[in-house]
Amino acid sequence: MIRVELVKLARRPRSWVSLALLCGLPVLVAVFVSVTHLAPPPGQGPALLSAVLSSGSLYPAAALAIVLPIFLPVAVAVVAGDSIAGEAGSGTLRYLLARPVGRTRLLVAKLVALVAYVLVAVVLVAVTAYATGTLLFGSQPATVSPSGLGTSSVAATSLSGGGLTPAEIAVRTAGAIAFIGVSMLGVGAIALFLSTITDSALGAALGALAALITSEVLVTLGAAASVNPYLPTRYWLAWVDFFRQPILWRNIDRGFAVQGIYVAVFLAAAWAHFATKDITS
Amino acid sequence: MIVTRSLTKRFGPVLAVDQVDLDVRDGDRYGFLGPNGSGKTTLVRMLLGLVYATSGEIEMMGRPMPRRAAEVLPQIGALVEGPSAYGHLSGRANLALIDAAGRAGRRRTRRRRIAEALERVGLAGIDNRPVKTYSLGMRQRLGLAAALMRAPRLLILDEPTNGLDPRGIREVRDLLIELNKAGTTVFMSSHQLTEVDQLCTRVGVIDRGRLVVQEELEVLRGPTGRALVRTPDVDRAVAVLEGRVVRVEGDTLLVGEIDAATVNLRLIAAGVRVSEFGPERRSLEDLVLAVTGAGSDRVDPAGDNGESAAAVGDGAGPAEEGDRR
Repeated sequence: MIRVELVKLARRPRSWVSLALLCGLPVLVAVFVSVTHLAPPPGQGPALLSAVLSSGSLYPAAALAIVLPIFLPVAVAVVAGDSIAGEAGSGTLRYLLARPVGRTRLLVAKLVALVAYVLVAVVLVAVTAYATGTLLFGSQPATVSPSGLGTSSVAATSLSGGGLTPAEIAVRTAGAIAFIGVSMLGVGAIALFLSTITDSALGAALGALAALITSEVLVTLGAAASVNPYLPTRYWLAWVDFFRQPILWRNIDRGFAVQGIYVAVFLAAAWAHFATKDITS
Repeated sequence: MIVTRSLTKRFGPVLAVDQVDLDVRDGDRYGFLGPNGSGKTTLVRMLLGLVYATSGEIEMMGRPMPRRAAEVLPQIGALVEGPSAYGHLSGRANLALIDAAGRAGRRRTRRRRIAEALERVGLAGIDNRPVKTYSLGMRQRLGLAAALMRAPRLLILDEPTNGLDPRGIREVRDLLIELNKAGTTVFMSSHQLTEVDQLCTRVGVIDRGRLVVQEELEVLRGPTGRALVRTPDVDRAVAVLEGRVVRVEGDTLLVGEIDAATVNLRLIAAGVRVSEFGPERRSLEDLVLAVTGAGSDRVDPAGDNGESAAAVGDGAGPAEEGDRR
């Protein structure tokens, strides 16, 4: 069943269009930056983008920062929202279940396909960005300092020490990919749960995005400080801490924990609802 | 083959299926009739484990459902509320995907089984066009092919001839009879009475969620005890059979209350020409209309007739949703 779901995902034109768009945006940004040599000043614009002019090998991380706020969650929510609701909407769900495919099996297969899509998306963005980055910006060793990071204070090169070797950058980028992958899985789990509730794929995807936007609003709202640590998007940007010297683990660990809880809770809810639901689509 | 005991399904306040005791025997061609919204589709969905019963039991092939669905369903081919397929893939690719789903489809024989199923439903020559370009009739045939792919012992078909032209309907009917002769039990729901009349050996009629009739078709169509006489000499025949003629329609008389042999004797003795003579049989249509009310797609004003008011009273209101999509 898992193989069937992967084949279905791979044979759907929409999957490839969304991946192409995801990879295309960072390339577009890289072309503009390399032509004009106008990187946003440190502390503004997507994280790490200001540092890429010195080394293209940091561009994968910058590219992830570019697609993370909107593009990636939208793509993941669409795929996850489509998983059960899409089958229900097209009328194929009843034939799958009457085949029979166990409901739990179907849900697991959909989840595996979703994880595969998230991984392929994130890795593909990183790989195309690495290719574009080294092509347009060269690949000399990077000098990373907190000043290169959107969130932290100015010119503190001495505090965190000097350069990262290519091997270190590779390891840290892998860490960032894993972190972002897990964050996206959190989005996917919410969309998958909604997908078991409604028969409209669009409704499920938009519902998940609405949840994210709510969370984004509350994160910046001082009055909502009490719920702040539990919001799904609270630690989304913590992956930039992989590029600090030394790595700042505190928020990364919390980010993993929060996403883990969201994934577990929403998958459990999706399973509980889907396994006992009357299929009337 | 299919036995249900007091099968009941309630959607919130609406009683969609009410205490149904279905009995489909091995080798039957069972026609399941009822107006729109009477609970046909809900019942079919319960048989397939898509909708869970509120109470009652289902036993298929001697095993309880939906508990043993993993053993029962692979032996069943189903068409529920119209065919459906992934529109961007070809018919063959769709059959391959649905066959690969679940456990039972062996990959080695898949290509052959797909070819056979397509051949059976008259789609042997289809190319790689995506299903979204198919006509309604082609989709219906593809749905039937999917149901036939694993050589099922039981076919559960919801409106199997929907969207087909008269020739297609004939083909499907012949196919189902052929499969039935080879040992496949056929359970089909329909509101095409002629369809059921020509194909089925037993019928069940459901109305407002209750099974109101379940009987061999031969028994249901049995003689009414009245005779039909066709004659060119209508006036003389009426005179001869004075008092016995129930109704005159054109050149046909409906005669009641004396046995057919006596009628025939009297007419001949009086020199009345008779061009056709035979017992009156109940038609399936009369029977079904007699035992069912209006379907849920007809909405009369509240309190317009006593029948629907009574139905609301026992919980099966006009808003019944057995056939909704």
